[in-house]
Amino acid sequence: MTRKRIATTSLAGCFGCHMSILDIDERFLALADLVEFDRSPIDDIKHISRRCDIGIIEGGCCNEENVETLREFRRNCNVLIALGDCATMGGIPALRNNIPLEQCLLEAYRDGPSVQNPSGLIPNHPELPLLLDKVYPCHEVVRIEYFLPGCPPSAETIWQALVALLEGRQADLPYELIKYD
Amino acid sequence: MPDTFTFLMDGRSVVATAGQSILEAAEAGGIYVPRLCHKPGLVPWGACRICTVRMNDRPCAACTQPAVPGSVVENDTEELRAYRRTLVEMLFVEGNHFCMLCEKSGNCELQALAYRLGVTAPRAPYFFQARDIDASHPDIILDRNRCIQCARCIRTSKDLDGKNVFGFLGRGTAKRIGVNARVRLRDTEVDLTDLSLDACPVGALLRKREGFRVPVGDRLYDLEPIGSDIERNSP
Repeated sequence: MTRKRIATTSLAGCFGCHMSILDIDERFLALADLVEFDRSPIDDIKHISRRCDIGIIEGGCCNEENVETLREFRRNCNVLIALGDCATMGGIPALRNNIPLEQCLLEAYRDGPSVQNPSGLIPNHPELPLLLDKVYPCHEVVRIEYFLPGCPPSAETIWQALVALLEGRQADLPYELIKYD
Repeated sequence: MPDTFTFLMDGRSVVATAGQSILEAAEAGGIYVPRLCHKPGLVPWGACRICTVRMNDRPCAACTQPAVPGSVVENDTEELRAYRRTLVEMLFVEGNHFCMLCEKSGNCELQALAYRLGVTAPRAPYFFQARDIDASHPDIILDRNRCIQCARCIRTSKDLDGKNVFGFLGRGTAKRIGVNARVRLRDTEVDLTDLSLDACPVGALLRKREGFRVPVGDRLYDLEPIGSDIERNSP
């Protein structure tokens, strides 16, 4: 059997969901028999090299680079999984969503009680990705096939869902594995 | 008993008394009808429509509709589950429900209903509306971000506490929960012993310094879907 190709990325997330992927522990060896990793923080490949079966997305979109990466995944993956609360609903980064962006930047770089910035300048270099007006869940940017909520989703949740998908059957996850916290 | 009768719910015969709502009769018979704005002890409100069932093929709120002898009621059908899922999703996108940091997580009825109905992510775009928090009271916090406007606190305060601490302000998407004081919660006659503090199905009205006392795994809806206690009474 040819191994399925998987790509993973963390957008506006904390890498907690990727830690939860690693939390499948010794089952990672079994996973290595089933899949081959393309672009992923796990192997540090920077761009998807060829068409992938599954793309796993951690985090929502808070800046233009996130959107570009998410679109690269959508173009090159047959199936996308939104992994974790940030990907499915914006999560902690989305706490800024009801505060105007300018106010967020001023608080972070000029007015915050612990900020020392006599110039009053806000970082604005061409290499810095521009922030979006707010943080978007992945499915508000591209089409997403599967959602695994959780902060983070447990290793068991990820494992059972992934194995079901790789075996081409519906993931019938038990009640205690789909949680929003 | 002369004033009891039966009706049919999802193929099961349910005993009801005159004047009893479909929801109450079903619950007594061990059938769970999902609900948010209904709470035993309060006058039925019929606001959230989560408990919508079909009685003789006509949609109605099970909490306000009295049971009718010989009627045929649908409750747990794919069609009604889909309606309820949509309602729950709309409540999630309308408020700011950050479950990962909410003290009520695991004990929240909105979250538990979403679990039970199999919601993994809402299909509608999020509103991310700015809403106020009233933390003025030394022991109680009112976080409007999480409020779903079920009016359970309003009704409990008025009908059971006899105080009238809470009320609605505004209309439509600007509708929000207010307090019956010129300024803040601390200026009302709300008290830590008020039943209204336990009426909130979500994390909008909380006692301070009590969050996260119960570890994950031991909370109300960690292992069992909401309504399991009712279904255990099934004959």
